Amino acid sequence: MKKYNVQIILAIALAILAYMAQEEIIGKYALSVLMFMGINVILSTSLNLVNGYMGEFSCGHAGFMAVGAYVSSVLGVMLFAKDKVFGPALLDPSLSIWIFPLIVIVGGVAAALAGLLVAIPSFKTRGDYLAIITIAANYIVISLVENIDTIGGARGFMGMKSVVKAMGKTVDMPWMPIWVFIFTILSVWIIRRFISSTFGKGVPAINQDEIAAEIMSVNTNKMKMVAFMLSSGLAGVAGALFAYILGYVNPGSFTILKSTEVLVMVYLGGMGSLSGSVLSAILFTLLLEALRPLQIIKWVVVPFLLILLMQFRPEGIMGNRELPDFFPRLKRFYAFKD
Amino acid sequence: MSLLEIKSMTHRFGGLKAVSELNISIEPGRVEGLIGPNGAGKTTVFNLVSGFYTPTEGNIIVDGRDTAGLKPHQVTAMGVARTFQNIRLWKDMTVLDNIRISQHHRLGYSFFDAVMRTKRYMKRESEITAEAYKLLEELSLVDFANEYPKNLPYGTQRKVEIARALSVKPKLLLLDEPAAGLNSSDVVTLINLVKWISENFPVTIWMIEHHMDVVMELCSHIVCIDFGETIAEGTPEEIRNNPAVISAYLGDDNI
Ligand SMILES: Nc1ncnc2c1ncn2[C@@H]1O[C@H](COP(=O)(O)OP(=O)(O)OP(=O)(O)O)[C@@H](O)[C@H]1O
Ligand SMILES: [Mg+2]
Repeated sequence: MKKYNVQIILAIALAILAYMAQEEIIGKYALSVLMFMGINVILSTSLNLVNGYMGEFSCGHAGFMAVGAYVSSVLGVMLFAKDKVFGPALLDPSLSIWIFPLIVIVGGVAAALAGLLVAIPSFKTRGDYLAIITIAANYIVISLVENIDTIGGARGFMGMKSVVKAMGKTVDMPWMPIWVFIFTILSVWIIRRFISSTFGKGVPAINQDEIAAEIMSVNTNKMKMVAFMLSSGLAGVAGALFAYILGYVNPGSFTILKSTEVLVMVYLGGMGSLSGSVLSAILFTLLLEALRPLQIIKWVVVPFLLILLMQFRPEGIMGNRELPDFFPRLKRFYAFKD
Repeated sequence: MSLLEIKSMTHRFGGLKAVSELNISIEPGRVEGLIGPNGAGKTTVFNLVSGFYTPTEGNIIVDGRDTAGLKPHQVTAMGVARTFQNIRLWKDMTVLDNIRISQHHRLGYSFFDAVMRTKRYMKRESEITAEAYKLLEELSLVDFANEYPKNLPYGTQRKVEIARALSVKPKLLLLDEPAAGLNSSDVVTLINLVKWISENFPVTIWMIEHHMDVVMELCSHIVCIDFGETIAEGTPEEIRNNPAVISAYLGDDNI
């Protein structure tokens, strides 16, 4: 029974979410907050893989998000929408319903490949120097996008709304909330399974003693590559979903500011705590919404919160522990660690 | 054939020649010793053999195969495992995980197996865990399986590190000052442990040690180096009475 508990709960949650979205019981605004929550969960858990579990300091997560967003947007528009630059739709728009998840995954794969920009230098470089490389990677992506005119340059790129509409026209369901939910669950699930396997535990082994890891049979270069590519790939998935929710992307959404936002979530939740990252992403999304009236001032408040956090609880909400370490009863529903 | 052959190996750190024209061969099935005063280059020799450094000149041949160009994890996969002068366990992972992670060279499954929890993954993980428990049982460490090394007494940490190296199923086990920092009763336990390992595992042990009684008790053959060069080799008896060894150590506070 225990084995299926969580799957059943998630399936029911998805059904309720889809129903409420369809019947407009949840308003458009609340629904978009929920979707951004999912995206933030993907972003913070995937960055935690590198910053928490592996102990590197990556601060260019938004760059990979941009790769996923742009690749999947361009691909989707090319295939299913009429566009000034890319011409008429290549495929029948009714197919979009099947192809859409693939488009998101292609965005993720492209971002994973972009992750090599950081993964390969990480073989020889650590710490502060690698952090600088991640910032550079973020800038490289943004500058590249700004300078490619076919995808709109600094003005941005749009047309994704018509792909989403095409899905809704084919089968009338709230597709975006559904896909965001599924990809969020999938991301957390992949990371959890990876880091709880003996294979994945090579990542914290590098964090705790890289020399011992390499000498005790861990192929540290390969582990770094897997960790960075998985992390950036999932950021790409988040970026793809982000683009289709908004229906519009521009390079300004993926700057260092966005990367900082994700960093705050990771440190708020706790390094090396997956449930911490999920929790903090949810809290952080709500917090940002609450601070929305402050407009630009929120960028004074958020970093200030980070300072307070580092002063008074540098290990984050959860430290490196997981939920059931605090609430042992949860273990009856779900074996968190294996 | 020797299990390990070091052929005219030299290693420089910038201007410092830490190892110089060294020739050593280790015969299978024995416990051998490497001694020498502080800074003689002993740890550097181990770092070279385990692939952590690449020798400036010369060759290292393990089981007939030159290890030039291999990364440390590949040398480990060939059957060379080691412990460190300053214990290097993964302190925030359980003893069991310390052992399991050291099986990375023979996991036998891929990233996708891990994520999909395939049959192959389940089978290999349970085998690896069972083997780890078996080894911990044999070394009477099973009570600590779920402890974190940082919470264990120093002597136990040393023992766990030896267990971790053994779990790799090495042909050659390098122990870098296993008795360092141990109290006298722990030293006796260590001597018995090393004896027991050499009798019960198909492994050749090569150890660096400053405690002369440990070396004399365990090793059938000893090489003494100073300034990276061999100054004497032979049985414990021969080494004890060798004038070159005595003068190398007399300049040192260690004896
Ligand atoms: N990474 C390094 N860079 C520069 N010099 C080094 C390095 N490692 C060792 N050395 C130097 O090489 C020489 C040999 O050092 P090594 O650690 O091999 O000595 P050792 O025989 O193990 O000594 P001990 O008994 O103190 O452990 C020393 O002079 C040391 O300072
Ligand atoms: Mg040494």
